[in-house]
Amino acid sequence: MGRLLLIVTALLFLCLFLVLPLLAVFAQALAKGFGAYFIAISQPMAWAAVKLTLLVAAIAVPLNLIFGVAAAWAVAKFDFRGKSALITLIDLPFAISPVIAGMIFILVFGTHGWFGGFLRAHHIRVVFAVPGIVLATIFVTFPFIARELIPVMQAQGKDDEETALSLGATGWQTFWRVTLPNIRWGLLYGVLLCNARAMGEFGAVSVVSGHIRGVTNTMPLHVEILYNEYNYSAAFAVASLLALLALLTLAGKSILEWRQPELRHAARRSRDRTRRANI
Amino acid sequence: MLYLSLLVLIPLSAVFIRSLSGGWGHFWEVVTAPRVLASLRLSFGASLIAALINVLFGLIVSWVLVRYTFPFKRFIDAMVDLPFALPTAVAGIALTALYAPNGWIGAWLKPMGINVAFTPLGIVVALTFIGLPFVVRTLQPVLEELDKEVEQAAASLGASAVQAFCRVIFPALWPALLTGFALAFARAVGEYGSVIFIAGNMPMRSEIAPLLIVSKLEQYDYAGATAIAVVMLVLSFALMFGINALQNWASSRHGER
Repeated sequence: MGRLLLIVTALLFLCLFLVLPLLAVFAQALAKGFGAYFIAISQPMAWAAVKLTLLVAAIAVPLNLIFGVAAAWAVAKFDFRGKSALITLIDLPFAISPVIAGMIFILVFGTHGWFGGFLRAHHIRVVFAVPGIVLATIFVTFPFIARELIPVMQAQGKDDEETALSLGATGWQTFWRVTLPNIRWGLLYGVLLCNARAMGEFGAVSVVSGHIRGVTNTMPLHVEILYNEYNYSAAFAVASLLALLALLTLAGKSILEWRQPELRHAARRSRDRTRRANI
Repeated sequence: MLYLSLLVLIPLSAVFIRSLSGGWGHFWEVVTAPRVLASLRLSFGASLIAALINVLFGLIVSWVLVRYTFPFKRFIDAMVDLPFALPTAVAGIALTALYAPNGWIGAWLKPMGINVAFTPLGIVVALTFIGLPFVVRTLQPVLEELDKEVEQAAASLGASAVQAFCRVIFPALWPALLTGFALAFARAVGEYGSVIFIAGNMPMRSEIAPLLIVSKLEQYDYAGATAIAVVMLVLSFALMFGINALQNWASSRHGER
C-alpha cells in the first residue's frame, strides 16, 4: 500500500514538473498548425540563429574536448602539487551563476575592460560579437568532459600505458592506440552533455551577446526575442528544435549508460572517493 | 592548468577588483539599496524553498526508482535528466505557458485564487524544475549501495517501517541529501534563463538578483553589477563551505559508529 502511494506520488510529481512542460513546448509550437510551424522555423532570422548555435558548439566542444582529456589525464595518471586545486577549479563554472560568468568577459574584454583599449586599437570585437559568445560558452561547458573522464581514467589506472611504453611505443602511439580506445565511451558521454549545454546556454551568452539579430543571436536568445514580441507560436517553434535536441541527448545518454553501466553516476562516485580520501 | 587560469582566475579577480572601483562607500551603498536587498532575499529565499521541495520529492523519486519496478521505469529514469538537457530559456517559456492564467495548470489554479506565473511562487516552480536532477542523481547511487539486509534485520527485530526509515535508512542517506540540497540550492541561486520568463520581474517583489546584475550591466553600471555579484559569490561560497563542513562532520560521525 505504502509502496503504491510512493510510486503514484513520484510519478505525479515528475509528470507535473517534467512531462507537462515538455508537452507544452510542442503543443504551443503546433498551436497554429504545421504550416505556421514550418514557416516559423524557416525564417531567415531563425536560420541565422541555428547556424550561429551550430558554429559556437563546433568551436567550444572540440576545445573543451582537448582540455578535458588533458585535465583528466593529469588528474588521473599523475600526482602533482595543486591537484586538488585543479579539481576545484574544474568545477568552478558549475558554482557560478551564468550571468556572472558572462559578466566577467565584459569586464575583461569590454570597451572599458582590461584588454578593451588593446582590442579597440586592433579593431577586434570580442564582447557583443561572436568571439565573446564562444568564450562564454567554453567557460560554462568546460567541466562536462573533464568530469566524466576523470573517474573513467582513474578506474583504468596506468598499467596499460606502462605496458605499451615498455614495449617501445612512443607517447603519442600509446595515447592513440591504448588510452583513447579505453576512454572512448566516457569521452562520447561527456561530449554529449557538453554539446547540449553549449547549444542551450542562455544566461552567460545573453550577457555578452548584445542581441544583434541575425548576427549575435543564438537559438535560445532568438526564442527570448520572439517571446518578448508576443510571437508565441514562433518562439515555441524554435524552442521545439531545442527541446528535440534535449530529447536526443537524453536518448543518447541512456543508450550509452545501457552499453556501459559504469558510466552511470561515475562522476558522483569518484567525487565521494576524493572527499573520503581528504578527510 | 594554464588554460584554466586564463579562463577562470583572471576574470574572477576582475569581478572583485571592479566592484571596489568606486570605493568601499559606493560598494556598501549599492549593496544595501532596498531593491538590491529585496532581490537577494528573494533569490536566496526562493532557492531555499525550491531546494527543500526537491529534497523531499527527490527522495521519494529516487527511492521509487531504485527499489520498485513499474512500467516505463527506464523512460522515467531517463526523463529525470531533462532539466540538465533542456535549455533554460525553453524551460522558462514552457513553465510560463503552463502556469499563466490561461495555461493548462494556471487556468485550473485560478478559480482557487492561486496565481503562480508572474509571482514569487512562479520563481519557486522554475527553481524546483532546475534543481530536481541534482537531488535524485546524488541519492540514487547511495540508495543502490544501501544494504537491504540492514532494513530487513531492523524489521525482523520488530522495528516498524517508520522506525526503520528514521533509525536505519535516514542516517545513511543524510550526507547525500545534504549534498543534493547544496547542489540544487547553488544552481538555483544563480539561475537566470528559466526564471525571468515566469517571474514577471517586478522590482521589490519578483526581481531576482541575477536579473538585477543584467539590468545594471545594460546601463553600463559595472561597479553596481559587480558589487551584487560579489555579494552573491561570497554568500554562496560561505554556504557551500558551511554545508561541506557539516558533511565532513556527519560522515566522520557516521563512520565511528
